[in-house]
Amino acid sequence: MRALRFGMWMRIRLARALLTGPTRDPAPVRQQPPPQKVSVEVLDHLEHLALVDFRDAEGVERLQKAIQFADQLHEVNTDGVEPMDSVLEDRCLYLREDDVTEGNCTKELLKNAREKVEEYFVAPPGNIPLPKLEERETFLQGS
Amino acid sequence: MAAAARGCAGVWRRACQRGAGGPAPRGQRDVSCNARSGAVPAGKSGLAPWVPVVGLEIHAQISSNSKLFSGSQVQFAAPPNSLVSFFDASLPGTLPVLNRRCVEAAVMTGLALNCSINKKSLFDRKHYFYADLPAGYQITQQRVPIAVNGSLSYSLCIDNKMSQMVNKTVRIKQIQLEQDSGKSLHDDTRSQTLVDLNRAGVGLMEVVMEPDMCCGEEAAAAVRELQLILQTLGSSQAVMAEGQLRVDANVSVHHPGEPYGVRTEVKNINSIRFLAKAVDYEIQRQIEELENGGTILNETRAFDSKLGCTVPMRDKEGKQDYRFMPEPNLPPLILYDAKSLPANINHQQVVNIDWIHERLPDLPSVKRAKLVERYGILPEHSFTLLNEDGLTEFFENVVKQTQMKPKKVIGWILNDLLSYLKQHSLTVKESPVSSCLLADLLNLLEKKEISSTAAKQINYCPLDKYIR
Repeated sequence: MRALRFGMWMRIRLARALLTGPTRDPAPVRQQPPPQKVSVEVLDHLEHLALVDFRDAEGVERLQKAIQFADQLHEVNTDGVEPMDSVLEDRCLYLREDDVTEGNCTKELLKNAREKVEEYFVAPPGNIPLPKLEERETFLQGS
Repeated sequence: MAAAARGCAGVWRRACQRGAGGPAPRGQRDVSCNARSGAVPAGKSGLAPWVPVVGLEIHAQISSNSKLFSGSQVQFAAPPNSLVSFFDASLPGTLPVLNRRCVEAAVMTGLALNCSINKKSLFDRKHYFYADLPAGYQITQQRVPIAVNGSLSYSLCIDNKMSQMVNKTVRIKQIQLEQDSGKSLHDDTRSQTLVDLNRAGVGLMEVVMEPDMCCGEEAAAAVRELQLILQTLGSSQAVMAEGQLRVDANVSVHHPGEPYGVRTEVKNINSIRFLAKAVDYEIQRQIEELENGGTILNETRAFDSKLGCTVPMRDKEGKQDYRFMPEPNLPPLILYDAKSLPANINHQQVVNIDWIHERLPDLPSVKRAKLVERYGILPEHSFTLLNEDGLTEFFENVVKQTQMKPKKVIGWILNDLLSYLKQHSLTVKESPVSSCLLADLLNLLEKKEISSTAAKQINYCPLDKYIR
């Protein structure tokens, strides 16, 4: 009888701890740094670097929200804490023996190439830079 | 005609006036760069003196059977795209797997250059778009490279007679492992680029030197010494002509006491000789530009070996933003030493720094010192011996087989044999006179059975007959 009550008591405690634990709601806005609007120059720069197309106001808004969401990290005190950039950091990096085990699949690789010249891939003569902001059709121009 | 640059003691003059033509800077400016103090100058014509600053970034292809992150073969001149795996072609779903041999090569090189080896180093992605970089990024080590804070000692001869050598040191900022890109062949007639990915993913060691040098000759001497070290270690064959050793020079000038000037990066340097020319030209160009009231742009320039000058490179638009990020597919690279070696571990999975250190071969500087001590030759001679592939072996073979003292033998090797080989563009291996033959000749000379002049004639004639 006592064991049963003890078990139930533990389960209730656990349930309560889970229910009153850290919430999943975003932190109160006033604790974060004020949201800064991303400038047109930065958006243009990003379009050049990553060849993304923000396409419309919604795309830019989504970026703003993502930055805001990430800004919550500023609330955590990270003084003296080593930054973690990968959940793999405790894994062992596997070292491969220096043996030739791959290659010799020229035909297969070139199968997907739109253009080829005698087993070479064909590319334009150089990088074709994204036209400047004034010269391309992007909604960013209007901003 | 102004004398060619003589290295850094005394007055420094423009190097490429001979036959350079149009694009060469006109006029003559005197800058001197003291070999000992590294700075200083005596300005002529009342103009303030200039201090040139030269830093080098050297990419050495690692000598290995397979690539850095894949099992494709590493080989020069194979049919296009035949040494390419799915990972090298950056097909989706492929992952990098680090080659142990490449790690060992980098550790060896770091140790030989007196670096601190980072027991934990990280991999990063460096993003930029180019047709020969299928992934759109290069895996490199930007945050924490495998080796840092080393030094490279090299020697320069102050005058042309090689009688006075000066020792210099350049600091090594870091050594990092990174991937090579593929090769682009530009077909201007059809306005297209042909891409061969055989080289994409080959392991490179990037050696970054601090800007401790001040002229082309110093840069050339430092690179030559690095080349010898890499070849001795076997970590890279370092043949510049085959692209196994690539050098980019960062050049700027400033007045003594003032902050460093804007630097330009010079690329497309295909030989050590051209490296000296390119650096000296760029220094001169910058001085002229600034003295004429112009400014130096922080740009990338290519060295045109035919014209002997540097020209702006077309495809580099402004400052690149590489958006470095940690490589998410690779955990940190952990290296061990005798103390930190875990007890029950698979040895194939472990790179032990101390084990590698114990097995390092004699570096060129040690070899030279041993030659000087053993044979009583001059330090300058030991430099020449090591500088020519196979010459040390040849010399030692002759010494073994002859009664002539090594101090005399060296004269025959360096003055007679070597100059003959140079005249006919032959390597030591291609020498028609073998070490035995030369030894016999020198023995006859020692026994006074023939005269010195006769020996020289005999030396040359069979060579001539063989050639023609």
